[in-house]
Parts: sequence; C-alpha cells; structure tokens
Amino acid sequence: MIDNQDFNNVALKDTPFYKAQERVVLRNCGVIDPESIEEYIAMDGYAALGKVLTQMTPDDVIKCVSDSGLRGRGGGGFPTGRKWSLCAPVQAPQKYVVCNADEGDPGAFMDRSVLEGDPHCVIEGMAICGYAIGATKGFVYVRAEYPIAVKRLQIAIDKAREMGLLGKNIFGSGFDFDMEIRLGAGAFVCGEETALMTSIEGKRGEPRPRPPYPAIKGLYGCPTTENNVETFANVAQIILRGAEWFASKGTEKSKGTKVFALGGKIKNTGLVEIPMGTTLREIIENIGGGIPNGKKFKAAQTGGPSGGCIPAEKMDVPIDYDNLTAIGAMMGSGGLIVMDEDNCMVDIAKFFLGFTVDESCGKCTPCRVGTRRMLEILEKITAGNGEMSDLEELEKLAEYIKANSLCGLGQTAPNPVLSTIKNFREEYIAHIVDKKCPAGVCKNLLRYVIDPEKCKSCGMCKRACPADAISGERGVPYSIDPEKCVKCGACYATCKFGAISKQ
Amino acid sequence: MKSLEELNAIRDKVRDTVVIPDGSDKIRVVVGLATCGIAAGAKPVFNAIVDEVEKAGLGDKVSVVQTGCIGICQFEPVVEVFEGGKEKTTYVKMTAEKAQRVVEEHLKGGKPVVEYTIGANLN
Repeated sequence: MIDNQDFNNVALKDTPFYKAQERVVLRNCGVIDPESIEEYIAMDGYAALGKVLTQMTPDDVIKCVSDSGLRGRGGGGFPTGRKWSLCAPVQAPQKYVVCNADEGDPGAFMDRSVLEGDPHCVIEGMAICGYAIGATKGFVYVRAEYPIAVKRLQIAIDKAREMGLLGKNIFGSGFDFDMEIRLGAGAFVCGEETALMTSIEGKRGEPRPRPPYPAIKGLYGCPTTENNVETFANVAQIILRGAEWFASKGTEKSKGTKVFALGGKIKNTGLVEIPMGTTLREIIENIGGGIPNGKKFKAAQTGGPSGGCIPAEKMDVPIDYDNLTAIGAMMGSGGLIVMDEDNCMVDIAKFFLGFTVDESCGKCTPCRVGTRRMLEILEKITAGNGEMSDLEELEKLAEYIKANSLCGLGQTAPNPVLSTIKNFREEYIAHIVDKKCPAGVCKNLLRYVIDPEKCKSCGMCKRACPADAISGERGVPYSIDPEKCVKCGACYATCKFGAISKQ
Repeated sequence: MKSLEELNAIRDKVRDTVVIPDGSDKIRVVVGLATCGIAAGAKPVFNAIVDEVEKAGLGDKVSVVQTGCIGICQFEPVVEVFEGGKEKTTYVKMTAEKAQRVVEEHLKGGKPVVEYTIGANLN
C-alpha cells in the first residue's frame, strides 16, 4: 500500500482546471441532489421567483434582465431583456414561454449537464419569464437522446407542482404558470426557433419565414418567447443578486459567464464556466492543461456547424459574442473543440458541411442544394482533383447560401468553410496545387513510404498489409506498391522501427 | 407555496444538510451521477458507498446523495466529501473497491485517502 504522505491533498478549487472558472450557471451542479426540490430551495432556489411575484412588476423584471446585459446563450446572442420586452406588450388570450434544450452541436453537452444537475433553475427562470411577458404556460423542448435529463426534469416539474411553485396562484400572487416537456426526435434543424415551435405543435420540424416573429406569432400562433437552457439558468441569479452584479462580469457588450464543453485534443476535457472576455489561450493552456502528446495547437472550433475555426495567432482575443464574430467564428451554444497539427482543416470543413447537408430540412433551395454543391467541391479537393477556381466557387456559393437561406441553419452552414479558407488558405492550396494533405488525413493525397535506411526487413509490415501491396524479403528493404496500397495505415502502426512514414 | 416565509422556512430547515455548518459532525458524500458519470461507472460506486456506510453503522452521521456533473470528465467517477468547516475532499477515478477504503478510512476513521484525491492524480 502506498503511504498517504507521498501525496498532497490539493483541493479541487486550487487545481488549474478550476481556478480560472466562475460558476454562476453551474453553481449547483455537483453540489445538490437534482431530484430534491428541498436541496434547491436550500441554495436559495425559488427565492427569485418569490421576489419577482411579491415585490416586482413585470416591467421591473424586464428592466432588471435588460440592465444585466444578459444575451441569448443559444448562440445568436440576442439581448434577452429586449426579447422579453418585444413579447410583453402584445395583447393575446394565451402566450407561451419555450425553453430550447435541443442541444445538437457535435461535442456540446452544456444544456444536458444543467438539466441533469440543476433542473429547477431552468424551471424557475422560465416561470420568471412567464410573469414578465404575461404567459401562463411553458414548454421545454428537449432531445429524446437525453433520457436522464428528461427524467430529472420531469421529477423537478412534478415536485414544483406538488409544492405549488408551478400551478395556480403561486406565492398567493394570482400568477398561474405551468409547463410540460416535449421530446425532440433528433433533427438538428429543430434547434432553430420556428422549427422548434412547429415541432412542438406536432408537425414536421421545418422553419418558417420571419416576420412574423415569435414574439408576435409563435407557438400555436400565440406570442411566444423562446430562450436557451443556459439563458434561463442565469435569470434567477440576476434577479437575486441584481443586474449590476451580473453586468460587472464580462466585457463591455457581453456580460456574465459562458459555459463551454471543452473537448478534442486537450488534456483536461470537461465542462468549464468562465467569465466572458477570458482568452482562448487561458482556456486551452491553463484550464485545459494544453495539448497532449507534445503536439502543437492548430485551431479551436467554436459554434459547431454554424461556427468557425480560431487559429493560433488569434488565441489572445478575449472571447465574447462580437469578437468571435469579427474573427469569423461564432460563440454558438458552447462547444469548444481543440485541434492539433494532426487535424486537416479541409477535412474539418468537410465534416461540418457533411453534417449540415445531412441535417438540412430541405425546405429552401439555397440550403438544400447549395450546401450539397459545396460539399461536392470539398470532396473533389480532398480527393486530389481540386483546382484553384474551386476556392472562388466555394466563396461565391457560401455568400449566396448565407444571404438567401430561410433559417439560421443555412445562413450559418458555410461558416466552417469560410473561416478555414480565411485562416488556413495555404492548407487548401497544398491540397489543390501540391496534391498533398499536410496533416496526413486525406487518404487520396497520402502515400505510405518505407525508408530503406531504417527498414530492418523484418517482414512485419508485409504480414499486416491486407492488400498484399508490400514486397521484399529478408536482408532487402521492403517497399510499398502505391497502386495496390489502400492506405489503411496497418503497416504504419505495425512497424517497430519507425521506418514507415506518411507523405 | 403561499408565501416567501413558507419558502424561507424550508430553506432554513434543509440548508444544514446541504452546506454542512462549521462544528457539525455530519458528513455529506456526493457522487456525480450525470450521464457522463454513469457512463464511467459511477452507479456501482454509489451503491458501494451506500452499502458500506450502512454496514459501518454510519447511517445517522453520513448522508450519501447523487448529484449532477462536476465538470471534470476525465476524472469520472467523482465522489466528493463535505465536512463542517473544512474544504471538501474530491476523490477521482473511483471504483467500488476504492469506495470501501474511503468509507473505512475517511468517513469512519477521519483520515482522507489522499492517494485517491484529485491532487494526487493531476497528470
């Protein structure tokens, strides 16, 4: 048994991973039992709803949220207070609050963690929104692929109802509010607000043109305010601790904190919450602990299929909505994928575009046909058949798709391509002109070569080759027939002497 | 819920079980049981702690609860121990066997098993 004295008992809060973080949205995640409403109340839960219903007018609430500077955490960054103020004055017999928990970006799991760890804070935020805009009914649209989140949210709703924190005459104020869960069937486009509402109505999830905006005509034709999970999770804290407290964090135009799902080529993967304005360098080098295996950082992808890649030279830009947009990326919902020198940027662009081609709902032509054409050009480039005019064609198509698509999915789909062309143009040129993939990812541009100096002619590679492409005999260096080679990499993985390289 | 007073009464009643006050001999153990923790094997760890606590006769003193994602994916399953007036102890990469030792030495014996903590497992 190892003696305890050999180790330091370092507290979690003192680790580099936690030190630079500030937990507002995630304050209760990992602290309370998400299935116990009492534990949420013990951490001042529902106190904000109580304060709002007993001491504030709806206008006070909207003013407080506006003054805080909170912006939509789903990715768009629209000011939350303004969104509510557009819906509040509309007169209608029924209005709705909708929570968007259709988290679809590859690699993102912020919303899932909030719903699984602290579901009541979302319920409380939605009820406060309902009071502010005059809505009595809410819906949470959550992916069916999140069974634990769904289960805990349902338990939370049931317990809140049991305790009279949802239902009629909450806190004796005369305000009624109740809510239900709606499950999404896994279509990415349903994260778009009009498609999401159409899907809640039981119809095929397709977006519709705006105007009319949801604030005027949303769910079931009624005025509706839709916000993301993380946006609602901020609301109760803003009410309790004040707009000034929230506005004191972050940058001039982006207040508060942002949760990121940190993944990819990084030592410390995890869920991090940082004040707006933190640099990418801080997140990757300090919180994330850097790139594993001594590799070099190449780019960070934010905003998923709608976002872009931030290159190494932009690592010191403070992260906020406007800065990220200015450098051709996007805040997005919070997926942050780190890439190293082994990632091919053309291949990354192809991956994200392939995703949007699959997920395009097909309703409008620019998105349905345009993204497919762009993908074909990228496939042509990675196959080694690209021409320089393809870059212009890609850029032309991208601008056209952005300008003419019906919804956010199509309007942002070209971003991964545009940002990689802008920041990694030389890599595209290497594929097109030199017919080489510098990262060694694109199979058609790759050649496995045996260095005769290093080859010990052991024959391991020949035995590993499934295509019988390797020839040689004991005492003579082996060689690979490029005509027969299927580029599977089996020989490369087998060679003990490092004699096989990718070129 | 009829009034803020009613809400505050619940808060005051439950507060000490969530945030253990200084001077209390109570211990709160939380196990990260979000999707990520469960996928990493947190359920057997949770069950082992519950069983061992009961076997050791610590039921009155120690409460074991599930919680959400603590945020440190590569260290799952994560177990944290909260004691009054002390910084919490974070145990990482837990197994049912390790949990037995934590119950025996830390919860019962009062001495943290430092080699299982995050400090001893940083790279």
